[in-house]
Amino acid sequence: MNQKTSGVRVLVGTRKGAFILTSDAKREQWDVSGPHFAGWEIYHVKGSPADPNRLYASQSSGWFGQLIQRSNDGGKTWEPVGNKFAYDGVPGTHQWYDGTPHPWEFKRVWHLEPSLTDPDTVYAGVEDAALFRSTDGGQSWQELAGLRGHGSGPRWQPGAGGMCLHSIILDPTTPGRIFIAISAAGAFRSDDGGETWKPINRGLRSEYIPDPNAEVGHCVHRIAMHRSRPNVLFMQKHWDVMRSDDAGESWREVSGNLPTDFGFPIDVHAHDPETIYVVPIKSDSEHFPPDGQLRVYRSRTGGNEWEALTQGLPQRDCYVNVLRDAMAVDSLESCGVYFGTTGGQVYASADSGDHWVPIVRDLPAVLSVEVQTLS
Amino acid sequence: MIRVVLPAHLRTLAQVSGELRLEVTRPVTQRSVLDALEASYPMLCGTIRDHTTQQRRPFVRFFACEEDLSHESPDTPLPEAVASGAEPFLIIGAIAGG
Repeated sequence: MNQKTSGVRVLVGTRKGAFILTSDAKREQWDVSGPHFAGWEIYHVKGSPADPNRLYASQSSGWFGQLIQRSNDGGKTWEPVGNKFAYDGVPGTHQWYDGTPHPWEFKRVWHLEPSLTDPDTVYAGVEDAALFRSTDGGQSWQELAGLRGHGSGPRWQPGAGGMCLHSIILDPTTPGRIFIAISAAGAFRSDDGGETWKPINRGLRSEYIPDPNAEVGHCVHRIAMHRSRPNVLFMQKHWDVMRSDDAGESWREVSGNLPTDFGFPIDVHAHDPETIYVVPIKSDSEHFPPDGQLRVYRSRTGGNEWEALTQGLPQRDCYVNVLRDAMAVDSLESCGVYFGTTGGQVYASADSGDHWVPIVRDLPAVLSVEVQTLS
Repeated sequence: MIRVVLPAHLRTLAQVSGELRLEVTRPVTQRSVLDALEASYPMLCGTIRDHTTQQRRPFVRFFACEEDLSHESPDTPLPEAVASGAEPFLIIGAIAGG
């Protein structure tokens, strides 16, 4: 184990505030700080890889709109920064639920993705779907309008949770390469820092849209990548778990023996890029685990062959959901895996998923979980 | 001085307690009060009215002198009791679940 590692910090966004859970590298005793921004919806909190004390939080409310909070001390103190998310130019229209044109309207920030190298640069995925970037620590935000304007935007449509840009992955090895995903449009890639974009949905098949093989319109719930192998992407779609080995140019299904291939989060083990995790959910109309048993499924083969992880998880009468941004891993030698539920539990495994414990049980519904490995 | 009462969440955001007192140049209107409020507390920008259109957010209401002024023009002078500081201008979060 890295001797300089001092512990982990778990950043939890909930329906009614943010919580910060900290532990040493043993991950047995946890301190809980919060609620921060009590009473507000915290869709996401994430730290800068370049400066772990720099955190960004998306704070929103149906009454008072969107705020962005920034911390320079690991979440001890916060300051509100810029909250003006103005679409570039005339926003135009996307499809409404009934297929009619509907104007783009900013609603909230779902996901904040700090730059891998610059603490002051951070990307924001918003609803209605668009990608924004700040290069001044969140004080001001500019839309990367090439995504919304690349041509397929008028065919995008909201999923049940809204038309959200929920996944942002910055390629650590190919400069300028960014992957994003939108419900319900699909996955997109830029190779020039976000200026231009292309849909990367070949191989996805969605029976719930008029053309199941359409270029856009797929309800992608989450995409994930291991930083050592950025051409390999994993996807939890509305239905189907998918894999791409060519940076999204094509996808194949790897749902294999999962009890259901509906779900929201998907993540990759910190040290083994072929080990991935999902949380199967019964169906799109019954957002809870099959048979009332909360089970994480792990594949050590990059998909297709899955094993149920149940030790320490409730195996009866459990009807919570695990939302798309509510799973994360740490990078300690024995990889920790974490997820939060709509029932307010945050579960952690310090042994790659073999055993689980609830590190906090009674938070508001968990919207997001991120983990920082601290040294 | 104009007296302004914020809803609890915005008092927390602005790090204030109780009523605010603001210097507002006459004529005292919703717009001039909100302009002064946002100038003194820039973190409130966008939380009461839209950044660009300056339209009141749908779940925010404006009350004063036992009247709902939410649907008045932002440029209509507020009651003299508000302009004189005798009565506060109340910014209310609508009761709508949560």
